[in-house]
Amino acid sequence: MNHSYLSPTGVEIAFVLIGLITVGSALLVVTVQNLMHAALWLVVSLGSIAGEYLLLGAELVAWVQILIYVGAVVVLILFGLVLTKAPIGPTTELDVKHKLPAALVAAGATGVLVTVLVDAYHNVWIDSHAAIAQGTAAANGAALFKYWVLPFETLSVLLLAALVGAIVISRRGRAEGASEWSTALESGPVLEPIAPSAALVASTTANQGAEADD
Amino acid sequence: MHAVYPLLLGALLFAIGLYGVLARRNAITILMAIELLLNAVTVNLIAFGSLIRDQYNVGQVFTLFVITIAAAETGLGLAIVLMIYRQRGTASVDEQRVLAEPLRGPTDDAGGASAEPANAGSAPNAAGAVR
Repeated sequence: MNHSYLSPTGVEIAFVLIGLITVGSALLVVTVQNLMHAALWLVVSLGSIAGEYLLLGAELVAWVQILIYVGAVVVLILFGLVLTKAPIGPTTELDVKHKLPAALVAAGATGVLVTVLVDAYHNVWIDSHAAIAQGTAAANGAALFKYWVLPFETLSVLLLAALVGAIVISRRGRAEGASEWSTALESGPVLEPIAPSAALVASTTANQGAEADD
Repeated sequence: MHAVYPLLLGALLFAIGLYGVLARRNAITILMAIELLLNAVTVNLIAFGSLIRDQYNVGQVFTLFVITIAAAETGLGLAIVLMIYRQRGTASVDEQRVLAEPLRGPTDDAGGASAEPANAGSAPNAAGAVR
């Protein structure tokens, strides 16, 4: 190959710089002691990965990454942190015994992957200018609906199933929990808006009464 | 650009995500590390998609699929974590030693009998607020 590592192109320089941001913020995600800060570093990491996609010529995927990951997934994770009452401020969560073995496993994976990849691909060249034509919304839409229609539709069913599943998990927990807590507190008005229906609560309470009798 | 750069980025992200999954204890931080793992995979897919540039546009289409599945996985995973937190009062994976649901809920826990009812009373309210 006539491309030298010693004379990098502008795209390569930008890629490496953004890659340093990505890797650094990803390291902070898994090492920082404050859980909220970890979730916010995840925004930086995922956002800079969107920048890498742009440099690789994948324009639509970059915007989808920002929309779905930074816009939806991280917000979901922040909601989860708040709802499980994650401690605000530094925690001692990382002081675990298996921290060193975990670091060793990660270092081993890095060593193996880097060795193999550098050995296999050190003289392969990506023409990212030619890849721009394939990254547009038009090209992606044409490929999706010409060749990938069945997986696409299956994926929509999967999303629906995940949505229904999440609702079912939450509702079941609320019904059981409401009956438990209403019997524990002996006063209904606080929990009334949460209980889905009086009949359901009554039936779960009756079931629990039967279990208690056993 | 050289193909090594995006591939090395993917490898490093994968290793970092692996460390996060192994070393973290809070279930939600494990979900965050899983997002890093999935992004390592998608960086590889985009890199090889730009390298191969086939007519099916496999790399980018699969990346869109992976992002969709990751969103579904995060939603379901968070629902499960919230459920576990409501039932047991903790989201730490190290304390989930039994798979069975606690029959009587956190209120009848012998150890934290005084602290648990306040916890149990506020958890469903928080869940109602997000709905």
